[in-house]
Amino acid sequence: MSASRLTKGGRIDRSCRLGFTWDGRSFEGYAGDTLASALMASGETVLGRSFKYHRPRGIMSAGVEESGAIVTLGAGERAEPNTKATMVELYDGLTACGQNAWPNVRSDVGAALGLFGRFFSAGFYYKTFMGLPPFEWGRGTGIWMQYEKLIRKAAGMGEASRSADPDAYDHVHAFCDVLVVGSGPAGLNAALTAARQGKDVILVEQDFDLGGDLLNQSDPVAEAQRRELVAELKAANVRVMTRTTAFGLYDYGTAGLLERVTDHLAVKPAHAPRQRFWTVRAAATVLATGALERTVAFTNNDRPGVMTVAAARAYLNRFGVLPGRNIVLSTNNDSAYVTAAELARAGANVTLVDLRDRVSEVHMVAMKAAGVEVKTGLAPLKALGGKSVAGVVLARPRGKSWAAAETLACDLLLVSAGWSPVVNLVSHRGAKPVWDKDLACFLPAPCADNVVMAGSAAGHWNTGDCAASGIAAAKTAMGESAESPALGGAETPVKPLYEVRLPGKKTKSFVDPQHDVTAADVRLAHQEGFVSVEHLKRYTTLGMATDQGKMGNVIGLALMADALGKEIPEVGTTRFRPPYTPVAIGALAGRNTSSHFKVLRRTPLHDWNLRHGATMTDAGLWHRPWYFARKGETITEAYIREAATVRDTLGICDVSSLGKIAVQGPDASEFLNRVYSNAFAKLAVGKARYGIMLRDDGMVMDDGTTWRLAENDFLLTTTTTNAGKVMVWLEELLQLRWPDLKVHVTSVSDQWAGVSVAGPKARSDIMACLQDPAAVSADNLPFMGVIETRLKGGIKCLIARISFSGELAYEVYVPSDYGEVMMDLLWETAEPMGGCLYGLEALGTLRIEKGHVTGAELDGRVTIDDAGLGKMASARKPFIGSALRQRPDLLRADRPQLVGIFPKDRNQTFNGGALLCKPDEISGFGEGWVTAVTYSPALGHWIGLGYVSGGHTAWQGKAATATDPVRQGDIAVEIVSPHMFDPEGERMHG
Amino acid sequence: MIRIPCPFCGTRDHSEFAHGGDGSVTYPNLDAPMQDWHDAVFQRENICGVQVETWQHVNGCRMWILVERDTMTHEIHSVRPAHAGMAKALGAAS
Repeated sequence: MSASRLTKGGRIDRSCRLGFTWDGRSFEGYAGDTLASALMASGETVLGRSFKYHRPRGIMSAGVEESGAIVTLGAGERAEPNTKATMVELYDGLTACGQNAWPNVRSDVGAALGLFGRFFSAGFYYKTFMGLPPFEWGRGTGIWMQYEKLIRKAAGMGEASRSADPDAYDHVHAFCDVLVVGSGPAGLNAALTAARQGKDVILVEQDFDLGGDLLNQSDPVAEAQRRELVAELKAANVRVMTRTTAFGLYDYGTAGLLERVTDHLAVKPAHAPRQRFWTVRAAATVLATGALERTVAFTNNDRPGVMTVAAARAYLNRFGVLPGRNIVLSTNNDSAYVTAAELARAGANVTLVDLRDRVSEVHMVAMKAAGVEVKTGLAPLKALGGKSVAGVVLARPRGKSWAAAETLACDLLLVSAGWSPVVNLVSHRGAKPVWDKDLACFLPAPCADNVVMAGSAAGHWNTGDCAASGIAAAKTAMGESAESPALGGAETPVKPLYEVRLPGKKTKSFVDPQHDVTAADVRLAHQEGFVSVEHLKRYTTLGMATDQGKMGNVIGLALMADALGKEIPEVGTTRFRPPYTPVAIGALAGRNTSSHFKVLRRTPLHDWNLRHGATMTDAGLWHRPWYFARKGETITEAYIREAATVRDTLGICDVSSLGKIAVQGPDASEFLNRVYSNAFAKLAVGKARYGIMLRDDGMVMDDGTTWRLAENDFLLTTTTTNAGKVMVWLEELLQLRWPDLKVHVTSVSDQWAGVSVAGPKARSDIMACLQDPAAVSADNLPFMGVIETRLKGGIKCLIARISFSGELAYEVYVPSDYGEVMMDLLWETAEPMGGCLYGLEALGTLRIEKGHVTGAELDGRVTIDDAGLGKMASARKPFIGSALRQRPDLLRADRPQLVGIFPKDRNQTFNGGALLCKPDEISGFGEGWVTAVTYSPALGHWIGLGYVSGGHTAWQGKAATATDPVRQGDIAVEIVSPHMFDPEGERMHG
Repeated sequence: MIRIPCPFCGTRDHSEFAHGGDGSVTYPNLDAPMQDWHDAVFQRENICGVQVETWQHVNGCRMWILVERDTMTHEIHSVRPAHAGMAKALGAAS
């Protein structure tokens, strides 16, 4: 291949030179170039190394189907592997390098693998390395894991950066009447037709210029028409999006688009995202996505210098590059003739080889005029040359086989084996492509959605027909009747051609060059019984590379059909799936990264806590205080001090994140009575009650206290994590099951700031903060009492005497905005009393000592009996879950039940998540598991909670082992009652 | 990509809604026998075609709705409030 830039012609701007780096060397191109065209003009031939065999690869196309010039763009954290050089718009300062090669793509040591190519057929690695001697004699598949690493290194694509993506991406939503994909003659006319009728139109084009195939034509009349169409579109307010790929079609006329905003800019503006991910909802969609030219499987059809005819036309007419001097052009259809003449007129010596014996007179006259020699009844059998093509051996059909014919010298071999309409997007909608025997291609099937095909994507081969079909498609999409031109449009019909080979010869002719799948691989798959097209795909990896089989799928299907003795339609085709071309993960994520990945919820006391030394931890979406370390304290020292302080004097803990639901209305008590397992109907005003709610299936859903503020006014609290779930559940019950109940539920979680004040001195602390200290005297506010009163300064507050820590404790709620005032008041008194602030870690310690359950114990798999709360299930009334909690398996005596756990040697600790086993039976799932572990300052050693078969009474006097084979090993433990501290509850009643 | 015409708010993206479950189930009384509850909670048809589902406009008006949806095509045939009283009120208002 001896490509050279022409002195004139093309759409490049020769006055605008752009410098770029390829494999560490400096090059120049022009504005309007792609990376591929600039490299071709610079005489570079080998741009890549193949996936398996490390064969040299050059430019094969000028578009998305590229399987040879696959490069890594950029460097460092912005390195983007597996980019098609044909799709990369050149800019000043662009950096790219070859991949899957060492030291570089031009001289790659890995190419030695090609010498052993016959060993690397489909399924080679699995057959050789998995379970077969001598590699794995009796060793299972373990050793495969070792080989796999080496294989992955040798075979493959480019390497992605391991750093975080430094660029920003946006998500955008849009609506329109008509979405037109593709801006060729069909797309431009479709968009204009719709816009002229006042429709809101979005036109999407993956290229950086509008025109599709019109950009590759040399006819000045066509160019004038293109300019006119583009100008009219803009005047008609069509929203034109270039550098944007419609990568997928989804339900309800939804299209996914990827807009490349700054990829082509030398200086990327700081304010602009790199790419935008568009979700477009269109009432109608016109797909004018064009057609891709196919090649043929023949020996060495992957040599640099073998490319499609359409590619040569694009490089010549659009990029001003004459891709070869001495060109052989092989075809089986009419489309190649224009290109042959254009190449000859540009100064190349062109020989056209047509498989068909007879060609229309028009073409013969044109070829003669252009000085192109035409040979008929021939096809390429073998490309000659190493790192670039040097000639081609031709073959002539003989019966159902072939016979070798003459050899022609050339530096560029162009191949056209017909056209494949791009039916990918409509295939996403489930419309299975239909094989058309006359046109030798898959045509789009009618789609149930309002999606209309136009242009060559619908099977129209001429520019005029494409334009007419675009107009018709737009009308159809708008619900008008319209007639499209007849399909096809060739003077002489195409003569299908998929493979050329001599019988019995084993050679490398590639079907899917990107994954190095050869014709022999397809036949081998058939031989080994992989006859379904879906199995063929997975066994050979045909069509599974980044181009999704744009180049090779049809050839592969034809070869399989041939091997089966069937027709192509009987073999069928695999379904295309989004995305049409690769989409960066960053674009999918958009702005939802790092701290924006999920919502962060802060309690009204968040800043107050931070000011007072809190270290925060995640609790669902919330940040909650974890511990308040004094100077030099570790987390362990801090939480042990905090827990001990609560038992000794008092502690204050932010509990604002608890879910709070106002349950109001005349039937509120009846409603709660049905929702909770225990009785609520007779709860007195001014009283709180701990309640457990079950799911329909009888498992525990959530627990919390509910306060009766007035006859028809309850404040229900939930756990932090289940706040949303419980709200949804109550709404479901009221709207779907019991619409007759007069109850309204309102989430008031954010309306209240809440703290727990716990410890022997809790009452004195609160008294000091109240306008009327007597309101919380032992008589006025007994255990489980609720009052509404006022803090100093007149702030309304709710106080409930409830305890999670097992101490004398109160929960104090004030309107959120007064949260900090409340904290200041409480802390002002508590600090001189020797009180402390405590976080989740100490809260955990206190509740574990008491055997109080949280989400770790109520994990959705436990019954109320398992959790040791069976007494709270009323036998006098039915409630949600009361029927199914009686299922026989849930009543088994040996079900795992809540227990306390002590280490046998009190100096030892054990892990949460460890399995509880009998000491002599450490296997399987064991007898239970550990849910929580803490150091108990009250008991002076480590303790835990867990579930174990039969509960603690069944394990009295029996040894148990907490086993954690991955982290810690086996620890001898004792199973005890979960109520490990103050089992009678004397402290909280005090 | 489904869009659901909420009877209260208008057509909205499905991401505003949460799927509930089978809308054809009539739950038994709380004191009904275990077998009835078993059938209501566990026995479900796996319909390929149109089925009635409960959805909640959870990031919107919080109303529960009954949606007739085709499980094959995602086509939505009808939407109405789950609460009969609400349906009546809507009908009276429109």
